[in-house]
Amino acid sequence: MSNLGPVFEPIIGRYFNLNFEGRDHRIYVEEAGSGIPLVCLHTAGSDARQFRHLMCDAKITDHYRVIAFDLPWHGKSNPPKGWEAEEYQLETKGYKNLVRAFCQAMALDNPVVMGCSMGGRVVLHLALDHPDEFRTVIALEGADRLQPYYDTSWLNRPDVHGGEISAGYVSGQIAPQSPDEYRWETLWGYMQSGPGIFKGDLYFYWQDGHFDDRSANIDTSRCPVYLLSGVYDNSCTPERATATHERIIGSKLTIMKEMGHFPMSENPNLFRTHLTPVLNDILDKKLNNPPSILKE
Amino acid sequence: MINTLQAAANSNATLLRRGHQVTCEILIGVGLNDFIISLEKGHVKNLRLRTLPLESGIFAIRADDGIWVEHWQEFPKRNYHDLFSMLSSGLATIDGDLTIFMQNLIYFKMLLAAPRNRMEV
Repeated sequence: MSNLGPVFEPIIGRYFNLNFEGRDHRIYVEEAGSGIPLVCLHTAGSDARQFRHLMCDAKITDHYRVIAFDLPWHGKSNPPKGWEAEEYQLETKGYKNLVRAFCQAMALDNPVVMGCSMGGRVVLHLALDHPDEFRTVIALEGADRLQPYYDTSWLNRPDVHGGEISAGYVSGQIAPQSPDEYRWETLWGYMQSGPGIFKGDLYFYWQDGHFDDRSANIDTSRCPVYLLSGVYDNSCTPERATATHERIIGSKLTIMKEMGHFPMSENPNLFRTHLTPVLNDILDKKLNNPPSILKE
Repeated sequence: MINTLQAAANSNATLLRRGHQVTCEILIGVGLNDFIISLEKGHVKNLRLRTLPLESGIFAIRADDGIWVEHWQEFPKRNYHDLFSMLSSGLATIDGDLTIFMQNLIYFKMLLAAPRNRMEV
């Protein structure tokens, strides 16, 4: 029997050092494809594996260089030296600047940045404060104002398993129609999260990241904004996504039926049908004519 | 429909594995009726209507009949589809000592969704 070797996925993963705010961070980054850079930001308490389906979709990677990285303290990006002496807490300014530093370090030319959940929030901040650095932002399950609905102190205490409860907290954010295989894979990402990391991310998501008083200042003629939100998302609800859309003049909103808070990982095939028109829009603007390959 | 919970839960190997350290009694309110569920190592040993005023559970979750019925549909409507969603949207209430609930959150979500008879949590 001949052995032809493994059939590798097209995703390439590598590490590099990112010196950010005076500290070295060993960053893990994955990418696939070529074309317009499409930087993908994972949700709170998880990592960049959520975007694996996108990176294996040739209809997308024929036109886009899809790049996803693990934030420091997440996935395979280690916390910085000295982490044991501090409590992790994500804040708006640091998060924004980290994404910008990543794009600069990767020498990306006018990338599209797409984030989900807390990633969906930060891309809106980027559109407001740094519109000329990004071709377009895509906010998945992102809003300018959110309302906490559970006590995050349960997420990091010695008598409760942090991974199990993080997964338990977010399990209801997945639509009942989403395939079990992808539901449990999405939850696995949460089960592997470091201690206190989901809680620390939620500081940005639920406390520090509100800016509904300023989001109307986003200039979508300089940085187009797309919002996509799942019906079964009970944090960035369709109502909150709609309110954000109404404040950001010129933004485009898609409400995704039978979808929850993790579109790219909980139901990648359904998500593709919603993302493709957005990616086509961006390509149309670049090429000034409709591409045929991405069309369904 | 809650009467189907015991058999559905006890025939779900994934649920039982997740709850193998759970032994307690909980109270589930379905409309005006309170039910006591006795759990032993994840198995539902008994599910009975509360008859004595001082019978209780370590924690209590209550919702109207119709809300539970919708929760137990194969594809429930938004906000009815998940215990946390029911709590956050005001469709259900929870009281008592929540420690064991939080320590075994996925198990309890699966247990109370068991009449749905899917792997969903």
